[in-house]
Parts: sequence; C-alpha cells; structure tokens
Amino acid sequence: MLELYDGALDVSTLLDKWYKEEATSNYGAFIPFVGTVRSEDGIDGLSFDIYEPILNSWYSAWEEKAKERGAIIKMAHSRGDVMLHESSYIASVFSPKRRVALELIDEFVEDFKASAPIWKYDLKNNERVYAKERSTAIKGSGILS
Amino acid sequence: MVKVEFLGPIGKEPLELDITNLTQLATILQEDETLSEWLENSAVAINDTLVASRDVELKDGDKISLLPPVCGG
Repeated sequence: MLELYDGALDVSTLLDKWYKEEATSNYGAFIPFVGTVRSEDGIDGLSFDIYEPILNSWYSAWEEKAKERGAIIKMAHSRGDVMLHESSYIASVFSPKRRVALELIDEFVEDFKASAPIWKYDLKNNERVYAKERSTAIKGSGILS
Repeated sequence: MVKVEFLGPIGKEPLELDITNLTQLATILQEDETLSEWLENSAVAINDTLVASRDVELKDGDKISLLPPVCGG
C-alpha cells in the first residue's frame, strides 16, 4: 500500500494502523523505517514534488518483488512542505521471518532513494531550493544529451 | 503531435511538438540553453514508462516526460 499525504506524516498513527492491519496475518517480522527531517545547514524544513504515475508503477514492481519472497511492503510519503523534526517518509516490510524483512527494507529504501520520482527542496530563508547535490540521476539518464 | 513535460525542478512549461522520434527531440531540446544543465542527467519516460535508449518510435498523442535527478525521503 502506497499512501501520499500533504505535509508531514503522522508517524504514530500510520505505524499503529499498519501494525493493526497485519496483526493477525501471521508475519513474524515487521520492520519500519521512519525518515525524519534533521536540522542541518540552517534549513527550516524540506519540500517535495512527486510524479505519481511513475511512482505508482515503481511501487507496484516492488510489491511484486516482495510477494515473491512472501513479504508485503507499506510506504507513506509527504507532498509539499515538511518542517524540522517531522517525518516525510515511512517504509515498512512485513515478512514471515526476520531475514527477508531485514534484507528487503535495505534494498527497498536504497532503490527508493535512487529511482522513485520525487524531488527534494531545502526550505531556507523563505526560498525553496532544489537539493541538487543530494539528488541521484535515475538509471538510464542522459539519452537526450 | 507529442507533448513534452519537464518534471520537478526543471521548471519549464510543456511543449507540443510535431516529431516522430527521440533524436528529433534531442536536437530541439539541445538548442534550448535553459535545458543545458538538465539533458545529461535527466531520464526520459514515454507515456509514463522509462526508456533506456532513443530507439523508440513516437506516435501522435504520446506524452514524453523528462525526470531530473531524484531524492525522496
């Protein structure tokens, strides 16, 4: 399940909801990853643009990969502004045994950072500045150059 | 005609172009100085599917998207 929200994520509500959704599904492992906006370089927060059509297909492909390993994934992400110490991203894996969940959360979050069509901006001095140096070109980029 | 959209921070209005392949698109976009910093690091999707080469035929009504470097989370 992929959930997008305007502004910061309500971490405790989402984790509680997901936990309860799978409480009797016989998964032995539940591993959430919660991303929180940190204070650094004088930013007031972060802001995000999302391109949903490709995000949805990227996510569906990961749902299939998880299913092949007997696991499921759940993810939430923010659109727009998220201020310091708030959360913009939660990913989680449920699996029968811990090893699959530990490996899958690592692979899933790393591929998310490299491939998911989401753009990050620093909020600083009332400006919204693209986080160019922290961004990664999607695999296969540059075919028009 | 195909529609070309520029996602995220590129900040350019969409274009409607009468072209049939990505090499024609590359030629047109390379003439736009505002795109010079984006073409080498942007991925390309046709009708919301990423493509890995220019070897694709474009049809009337296709939507082409340029996706600059990403950073979710």
